[in-house]
Amino acid sequence: MSKKHQTPLLDELKKGKWPSFVREIERAAEKSEMTDDLLGQVEQSYREKVVHWKHGGMVGVKGYGSGIVGRFSDLPEKYPGIKEFHTVRVNQTAGFFYTSDMLRKMVDIGEKHASALFNFHGSTGDIQLLGAKTSELETIFQEYTKLGFDLGGSGSALRTPSCCVGKARCEFANFDSMHMCDGITQAFQDEMHRPVFNYKFKFKFSACGNDCTASIARADLSVIGTWKDDIRIDQEAVKDYGKKFNLHQYVIDKCPTKCMSYSDEGGLKIENSNCSRCMHCINTMPKALRPGTKGGATILIGAKAPMVSGPRLSMVLVPFYDVEEDAKNDYAWFKDLISKIWEFWDEYGVSRERIGELIQRVGVGNFIESIGLEPLPEMVANPRGNPFVLYEEYVEADEEQKG
Amino acid sequence: MTDETKKKLEEAIVSLIKEYTNKKRFKPGDIVKEMEGKFSASGVTKDDVKSAIRELTDSGQLIYGYAGGSFLALPE
Ligand code: HEM
Ligand code: SF4
Ligand code: SF4
Repeated sequence: MSKKHQTPLLDELKKGKWPSFVREIERAAEKSEMTDDLLGQVEQSYREKVVHWKHGGMVGVKGYGSGIVGRFSDLPEKYPGIKEFHTVRVNQTAGFFYTSDMLRKMVDIGEKHASALFNFHGSTGDIQLLGAKTSELETIFQEYTKLGFDLGGSGSALRTPSCCVGKARCEFANFDSMHMCDGITQAFQDEMHRPVFNYKFKFKFSACGNDCTASIARADLSVIGTWKDDIRIDQEAVKDYGKKFNLHQYVIDKCPTKCMSYSDEGGLKIENSNCSRCMHCINTMPKALRPGTKGGATILIGAKAPMVSGPRLSMVLVPFYDVEEDAKNDYAWFKDLISKIWEFWDEYGVSRERIGELIQRVGVGNFIESIGLEPLPEMVANPRGNPFVLYEEYVEADEEQKG
Repeated sequence: MTDETKKKLEEAIVSLIKEYTNKKRFKPGDIVKEMEGKFSASGVTKDDVKSAIRELTDSGQLIYGYAGGSFLALPE
């Protein structure tokens, strides 16, 4: 390949035996001319320590308000190939399963109509096709539609829901995260493609506390698998692990709630009412321990990555949600809960305020009352820092007395 | 909502956006609130306004833009 631009700084990033995005971009450049200019601009940015991309604009496909992330070079004369370099978000399959034939077809579209660079998958969960020109967007959209794919979310809309592989491959799964993710994606197509929210809203579904989608830190609404009954124990297998490592050091002492004990005679004992379902012991001894059989999920709300204000972890909203039961009704209970949350956010949220920030601003009490949930101890995220307690009924009685 | 109200609603949305071109960027949510208030006497609901926006964007009379948040605009 004859290089248009000299890229000494980027070349440094090809050294070593690990994967290199520079090497991948160069490979893509063999199939797409624009990608040469991409290397040139990135090199210039590295040299000057200045970003040369502009955001936003009026790019999209007809009828859709999201799915395309508009990007333009601010040096279009120097790098004409990447004058327009939009990202197309394509809704991934639940659990990321594709046939190799389908992957080839998807990549063919990227080579023909864009930079041939993909992000499989973005941190949002979507498949991201990079480097599409404005004039190609409609064609790209049509081609993906023919394959049975639709655009994902972007902007002030519901973002593409995503989930872990759950029951398809993972023995830890406490509910069918793929089924639920697909069901919710189908139900809220309008909210995803036609932005009407104050800001973005993300759902992520992880079927156990290992939380492979990082939903507790990233999703406005996290659904994380848990179980109601006891951890299943195979005492013989526990003994076998004991021959390989020190059970006390690696398991018992590391239990965050200190609800485990072990002796050679009595075997492993777990006081399940104190277990927080953190998954540590199960991860360490997967052949000996398994989650209980009464699976479901905990629903949490309010996480976000740092953008407008700082990062937040989500708080518990519903300690145990019987997913399987609700799945029989097409997740009607869950959808109803979501509509109430969105109504509240629509009514009281301000522009660019995520739901977690709104809850913090108005107070958890006001929020849960508005959406019709009962306050529960599990909702308490932190011990209180304010020593003053206001009992409303006393205030009212006092007011009456004063007349 | 009668067909006549629907037509009036769609016209009102487009003319509001036209009037404020280059002055104010209307988020879809702003339009919903604005129109819900304006047409409340005709029984227009949030969902009616949303479906009007949907028809206007599907037919290309309005398009979506993005600048820190999504907004509605006239096609360029
Ligand atoms: C100083 C500049 C930038 C900042 C502060 C910034 C910030 C961010 C943040 C916070 C995210 C979310 C990441 C996550 O969800 O984990 C993100 C994602 C993204 N950004 Fe940027 N960004 C910048 C520059 C760019 C540029 C130059 C481009 C493209 C040319 C870009 C395109 C994207 C895309 C496509 C995503 C989604 C990535 C994914 O889901 O994997 N950003 N950005
Ligand atoms: S979140 Fe849990 S159930 Fe889902 S893939 Fe990860 S470990 Fe398995
Ligand atoms: S899952 Fe976590 S809290 Fe529960 S017994 Fe195992 S280590 Fe302890």
